[in-house]
Amino acid sequence: MSFDIDIAASRGAFEIAAAFRAEPGITVLFGPSGAGKTSILDLIAGILAPTRGRIAVDGQVLYDSAARINLAPEKRRVGYIFQGARLFPHLAVRANLLYGYNLTPQAERYAELDHIVDVLGISHLLARNPASLSGGEQQRVAIGRVILASPRLLLMDEPLASLDEARKQEILPYIERLRDELKIPILYVTHLASEVERLADVVVEIAAGRVTAQRKI
Amino acid sequence: MFDLTPAELEALRLSVKVGLVSMMASLPVGFGLAYLLARCEFPGKSLVNAFVLLPLVLPPVVTGLVLLMLFGSQGPLGQFFEQTLGITFAFRWTGAALAAGIMGLPLMVRAMRLSIEAVDRRLELAARTLGARRWWAFLTITLPLSLPGVMAGAILSFAKSFGEFGATITFVSNIPGETQTLPIAIYSLLQTPGGDGPAWRLAILSVLVSLVAIVGAEWVERRIRTVRLS
Repeated sequence: MSFDIDIAASRGAFEIAAAFRAEPGITVLFGPSGAGKTSILDLIAGILAPTRGRIAVDGQVLYDSAARINLAPEKRRVGYIFQGARLFPHLAVRANLLYGYNLTPQAERYAELDHIVDVLGISHLLARNPASLSGGEQQRVAIGRVILASPRLLLMDEPLASLDEARKQEILPYIERLRDELKIPILYVTHLASEVERLADVVVEIAAGRVTAQRKI
Repeated sequence: MFDLTPAELEALRLSVKVGLVSMMASLPVGFGLAYLLARCEFPGKSLVNAFVLLPLVLPPVVTGLVLLMLFGSQGPLGQFFEQTLGITFAFRWTGAALAAGIMGLPLMVRAMRLSIEAVDRRLELAARTLGARRWWAFLTITLPLSLPGVMAGAILSFAKSFGEFGATITFVSNIPGETQTLPIAIYSLLQTPGGDGPAWRLAILSVLVSLVAIVGAEWVERRIRTVRLS
């Protein structure tokens, strides 16, 4: 699977023009706060609309201004892990995990509950209420929930930003395991060089809404 | 003290019926308006909001008068409902329910709107990226999370409807057995010599019904909270 993007968008006065390619593994979008990294993820997920361009995953077009294609977020099968876990507070952990799984057609599922729960070390939390989990546990459940929807592309928006150092160290190995297990491209947004060093296969540097450099590690 | 006379029983029965019917009928309307005001931007939104709130600030007798003009037997809406759906409002209990529902709507919409606005939109977006269509995200995320407010709105509407006086008596008058609800019966008794005693009996009765409604509502809300997580 591979991922291609070449789009332009505007957020008020702020112009975004991004073009790059990502292969399975972790592609880090790296740049200062306010550079437009999160907006790029929102554009890919279908939460924001570009003004023109093309986005495709594994040959399937998600957005193409020339062909007038613009899939709704729920049709894109793009997994999005947000800065906060955004767990559904009225559902237990198990129901949170299965939310996207149940909406994914059987033929397109590649992740199963037992295995993912094992990989993320959250099998003892299934009956719990999200509010009773620690920040790190919540983020692991959020990651599991996204993987169980069997996405073709994974977006991670500073998933460690709201965690303290110890919790970060707790999550990082799980992200690395997912990178090794999943054969899909992962776009990982961060402004921290330490995360680039630890996780990146490819770095795409973003500044002022534009790709300024791209290098392999 | 509480062996009720048939007339008192009738007033009580009618008030409960008017309260329940107006609450049930305003639920979809109120929720729709609340959702519209909480989640949609459209021209004239503040005007819609003002209209919904109007019965709260207008003298109830004015609301009754407007209803009489619109929904009376000669009114355009009154004729429309009579001819298309066979529903007559003028001087019927249905009219009392309509008046009570309109008077309760601002309270209902306000409570519901606040609870919908309090649902984090980012949760809905998360649901969408997990494969939920807009209506499914609404049904599984927004609606259950705003349920306490929806309940509160429904109870406020029932409470208001149960006790509504001014708009009701203006619109559908004071007909025993048809439009004479509990508060109107109390008012009538007070107009009669020696009616103070019976009026008090009805007053105490209305306190009891209101207490049952509030306690019942809290019980239902607690049930919702516990069922949610399972």
